Amino acid sequence: MEYIIIIISAIFVNNIVLSQFLGVCPFLGVSNKLSTATGMSGAVCFVITLATLVTYLLNKYLLVPFGLEFLQTIAFILVIASLVQMVEIVLKKISPSLYQALGIFLPLITTNCAVLGVAITVVTKDFTFGAESHMLNLGQAIVYAVATSIGYGLAMVLFAGLREHLALNEVPKSFRGLPIAFITVGILALAFLGFSGIV
Amino acid sequence: MSKWSTFTDGFVKNNPTFVLVLGMCPTLATTTSAINGLEMGLATLFVLVLSNIVISLIAPMVPDKVHIPVYIVVIATFVTVLQFIMQAYTPDAYKTLGLFIPLIVVNCIVLGRAEAFANKHGVLDSLLDGIGVGLGFTVSLTVIGIVREILGSGSVFGWKFIPGDGILAFVMAPGAFLVLGYLMVLFNKYLKRS
Repeated sequence: MEYIIIIISAIFVNNIVLSQFLGVCPFLGVSNKLSTATGMSGAVCFVITLATLVTYLLNKYLLVPFGLEFLQTIAFILVIASLVQMVEIVLKKISPSLYQALGIFLPLITTNCAVLGVAITVVTKDFTFGAESHMLNLGQAIVYAVATSIGYGLAMVLFAGLREHLALNEVPKSFRGLPIAFITVGILALAFLGFSGIV
Repeated sequence: MSKWSTFTDGFVKNNPTFVLVLGMCPTLATTTSAINGLEMGLATLFVLVLSNIVISLIAPMVPDKVHIPVYIVVIATFVTVLQFIMQAYTPDAYKTLGLFIPLIVVNCIVLGRAEAFANKHGVLDSLLDGIGVGLGFTVSLTVIGIVREILGSGSVFGWKFIPGDGILAFVMAPGAFLVLGYLMVLFNKYLKRS
């Protein structure tokens, strides 16, 4: 039951872009075309899940036992940066086709605050399940990471679709480019507000 | 480029929020009220100025291949210092801004200024650039915060002048995107000179 709550909450109710505002820069940057949007979502899903796994274990077995929680920020960003590098090298060797597909998006992900945001959230925040609330265990953390990146992908694909239509319309001069994009995301976020209260 | 223009460029010409469109996550997430926007801006200003100074000093010594990881470590160190200071002196602000304080590490403005400015200029210029861009960011965040607070709760800096509830959506997520979008339109129309 807790897993279902985590999944619904992460995808719809607390959507990472539309209600938590994480990863907005790449969200706006690569959502011009549907194909790049799906590529980026795939890469983000991969890295968020892997980064959450590693940082969760690092926090639980290294930082907490030695009382070094204050190093979380530094340790996590270093882990994420090197993880992205490693994933790039390994993918290049093992699966060149996947590397080709994700290639250009991988370096961008280090500075995607969604990755660091999820890694910090799972080790610091209490999650509410009905009456009780507690920190996530490893399994739940992984499920949360996967569901969050599905939510990211959903928002990105929806927005890319809207943006492709937007490109065909006549937009007033001052609205062109990012302003109209922000207003569109705003309306999309209003729609997602309708999910609040489900869990 | 004179010292004065180094300082003022961050306000209008290179405004980090409305022109460069960097650091969108904290801009959208923490501007639910004017005071929150101001606090977030000042926190970023702190990290930006200190990391600009240190990076301008160490830049000549850092090998080109590893410069990004080195800069990120410098920035992350100052963010950790900031976390300690805020926990000690402004625990309320630390609690409201929450996740977005550690996330200053991945704020593109800080790394962006390090890459684009601090590693090519002297200490004094980098200090002025940090203050200029940081203030530009702070002012933008405060303006967005003021607009959202007026529409969402009918007050400015906690001083309530419209009785009643206000439009709740502007304090919540959609309002952030809409207000930023429309402010950007106004900025393009009246302030941006091509």
